[in-house]
Amino acid sequence: MKQKKEKLLSGKKEADGLTRRDFLKGAGVAVSGSILVGEAQAEANPAEGSAQVQGPGEVPVTLRVNGETRRLNLEPRVTLLDALRDRLDLTGAKKVCDRATCGACTMLMDDRPVYGCTVLAIEAQGHEVTTIEHFSKGGKLHPMMSAFVEHDAQQCGFCTPGFVMACIAFLKTHPNPTMEEVEKGLGGNLCRCGTYWGIRHAVLDAAKAMSAEAEGGLIHG
Amino acid sequence: MANCKYEWPAAGDRRLIGKSISRIDGPAKSSGRAKYSLDINLPGMLFAKSVNCPYAHVRIKSIDTSAAEKMPGVKAVRVIMGVGKEVQWAGDQVAAVSAVSEEIAEDAARAVKVEYEQLPFLVNEADFDKDKTAGRTRQAAELKVGDPDKAFSDPDVVTHEGHYGIPVITHCCLEPHGHVTEWMGPQSLRTFSSTQGVSAMPAQFAEALNIPANNVQTICRYIGGGFGSKFQMDAWGLASAQMAKDAGKPVKYLLERAEELETAGCRPSGFARVKVGAKKDGTLVAWESDCWGTGGPTPSGVLPIPYVLDIPNRIRRHTFILANIGPARAWRAPNHPQAALLTMTPIDDLAAKLNMDPLQLLMKNADLASEGRGKVYREELQKVAEMSEWSKYWHPRGDKTPGHIKRGLGVSIHTWGGRGHAGNCLVTIQPDGSVTAELGSQDLGTGTRTVIAIVAAETLGLPVEAIRVKIGDSHYPFDGPSGGSTTVGGVSASTRRAAVDARDQLFAAVAPGLGVPADQLEAVDGKIQAKGDASKSLTWKQACRKLGVKTVQAHGKNPGQCMLGSSGVGGAMVADVSVDTETGLVKINRMAVAQDCGLIIDMKTAESQCYGAMIMGICYSLFEEKIMDNITGRMLNPNMEFYKLAGIGDIGELKVHMMTGPGYDERGVIGLGEPPVISPGAAISNAVANAIGVRVPTLPVTPEKVLAALAKGGMA
Ligand code: FES
Ligand code: FES
Repeated sequence: MKQKKEKLLSGKKEADGLTRRDFLKGAGVAVSGSILVGEAQAEANPAEGSAQVQGPGEVPVTLRVNGETRRLNLEPRVTLLDALRDRLDLTGAKKVCDRATCGACTMLMDDRPVYGCTVLAIEAQGHEVTTIEHFSKGGKLHPMMSAFVEHDAQQCGFCTPGFVMACIAFLKTHPNPTMEEVEKGLGGNLCRCGTYWGIRHAVLDAAKAMSAEAEGGLIHG
Repeated sequence: MANCKYEWPAAGDRRLIGKSISRIDGPAKSSGRAKYSLDINLPGMLFAKSVNCPYAHVRIKSIDTSAAEKMPGVKAVRVIMGVGKEVQWAGDQVAAVSAVSEEIAEDAARAVKVEYEQLPFLVNEADFDKDKTAGRTRQAAELKVGDPDKAFSDPDVVTHEGHYGIPVITHCCLEPHGHVTEWMGPQSLRTFSSTQGVSAMPAQFAEALNIPANNVQTICRYIGGGFGSKFQMDAWGLASAQMAKDAGKPVKYLLERAEELETAGCRPSGFARVKVGAKKDGTLVAWESDCWGTGGPTPSGVLPIPYVLDIPNRIRRHTFILANIGPARAWRAPNHPQAALLTMTPIDDLAAKLNMDPLQLLMKNADLASEGRGKVYREELQKVAEMSEWSKYWHPRGDKTPGHIKRGLGVSIHTWGGRGHAGNCLVTIQPDGSVTAELGSQDLGTGTRTVIAIVAAETLGLPVEAIRVKIGDSHYPFDGPSGGSTTVGGVSASTRRAAVDARDQLFAAVAPGLGVPADQLEAVDGKIQAKGDASKSLTWKQACRKLGVKTVQAHGKNPGQCMLGSSGVGGAMVADVSVDTETGLVKINRMAVAQDCGLIIDMKTAESQCYGAMIMGICYSLFEEKIMDNITGRMLNPNMEFYKLAGIGDIGELKVHMMTGPGYDERGVIGLGEPPVISPGAAISNAVANAIGVRVPTLPVTPEKVLAALAKGGMA
């Protein structure tokens, strides 16, 4: 209880300004995908507006990931994160809490940041999924990644891909953020090594670099 | 001119050492391309999940794995704790299953049936209830110096008595513990291990599996946090290798978040009744403490209190409480954060009683620090006082400004050893000019790779990018485990020795052609040239081409010739907080640290250690606690919603100052990972007391405890 209160008071928000509660509602999944079994499966897909029960065995799933179509056979309970990591070897997004707390699995679904651990792979069908790998295609780092390197906004680096994704998404809605907006807008990601100081500066710097690039007509990503 | 050929270059000759250089593996990490053990996917790989014991203390009566074994997709099942075995903490791994998918493995783990015999348990020790802890205590040897009784009874001595504490916390590494194991032949194993000790891991697997250690290769290119908890193979490592053998397939077995928090390491708690006495001028003269704590079912370390300050008359007693709370594991600066809190908070309370500024009191007593480090502490206290604007913002206890937001400052000092560990480096220069440095070391995020590259590049007169650093593989020359801030001291010294010898071999090869004696050559700016005479020079590539078909290889060791590092640092930290007396919320305004660590190789990653340590310190000061339930014996917050870490908005403004230059640099390299994480607890607790005028006696300083302390009132 007390933690809940603190969390509300400390103003933790998702990268796009939604509270965690809103996020969960929006995603249509109130608990971690990995414990969605049996009857819960029926509720797992309301976002599609269909009451059709899928599973329990494997079903064909078609995902759009980083601009490519990927076909898989998956049990309906498999999360988007596990599908990407275990089946497609896209391991940039990390599995840490597996229940929408830490942000290590942050990726984009139609340009909105989502926690991949809290979206079912079947729910992601029909959406464009973009993972961290997309932003260094061809070996060229996204300006946000360069800013993370420059400001040493990473130690062990395990939270870093999720943070980079959250930051990229955050700048889409806050192209010229204040420090206060950074503190609120990136409250949905956690780091154990304590790299927040570097991250704050990386985001502000990347915002400048990206708006300069945009002005020069080189819109990235 | 250096007296010893391996010595660090003089200050004016350092091109790279001490500069702010970005970590060389930064792009791999920030792009998500760095592969951690959790990211390893091998053809045909199986996924393992644990069967976790739901009770704190039980004996296993029976295990039935038959249903799990029959499930389609399940390829191996292993009992970890057999019938008759005693489980000592909830969540412990009783058995494990491997299956073709994570989902099937989870189902199979649930299908394993275990019967337990309940045994009495203890999971909370804060109140040291004599009845409940009967038979569960061990006494450490008492430490007594001088005559504390006599010192306390001096009428001129002012004493303060209080109760303080810091609970058990966990490591909460974001990458969980575990391994991917793969048999390469009947007697030969490869492991991808999330480990702080790459070179030491093969021997552990080999012994447990009864195969030759030389047949085991351990790889750990990247690790998502360890903090002292990842040295062992662990039961899950062995089970992974066994199941991989049973199934004939590689097995990925890394822990789930809940079991990571319940079973993969505890930082022992420390609670104490403390009495401390000083003369009216603040000179500390006497100390008495009765301390207790737990880290699990076996005794953990004795807390070194009084901390830093060897008060002349002192006695300490320590009782280990054996609780069913998980295994004690080294947690960044083992025993020191607890000792700092249990020492620096009573001293701060005593300062308040004496109407003294606590920073001045520490200044006055700094010479009680061992190894003659008083001067260092005075310099560092002076520095943090400036950085935190102490004279402007500090005030006697209790912020008297109107309103419900109270601001306060607190200070603490700390110490650590940090001598470089034993290890080896192999530097190779190829005729095409490429250079590698190979070490069986690991980079925990501290910047190990980058430090190695900087040292080799500095020595060879090359840019950092010219050095290919190969670490994270036990096939490279043995290097020590990364614990206790020993890595940078170790790898910088072994790399320096290897690089100097490699460079000298290259000098010998090109000297005749240049017509300059080898000992009159230098390697600078990508050239080999006569000292001070650029007209006689070769580019690096030209020079290396002279090697013909030969390759230069040199092996460097630590310890070895020439003093390249030492041990023993200080450090001072100030916290500046605002406390809302209506909600009890503590907000960090600012943290400042002045830290020495001898010669700094990379200023950027050194500063990062300090920023990170302060943030980790904010976490354990305000949020973290392994909360145990007396009724079920289980951890109540084995998840990241309720095992709380600070977020990006919780850290305030951070200021770091590294002590460098004369008096510091000539000490050589000393480790830095631990020291700055030690003081935050005491500094923040003291800042809160300074703000609200009463002590919150235990960490974490939660709103609930702040409100309770305010309601109770306390010392004026
Ligand atoms: S792993 Fe998805 S939010 Fe933590
Ligand atoms: S860099 Fe290690 S968890 Fe963030």
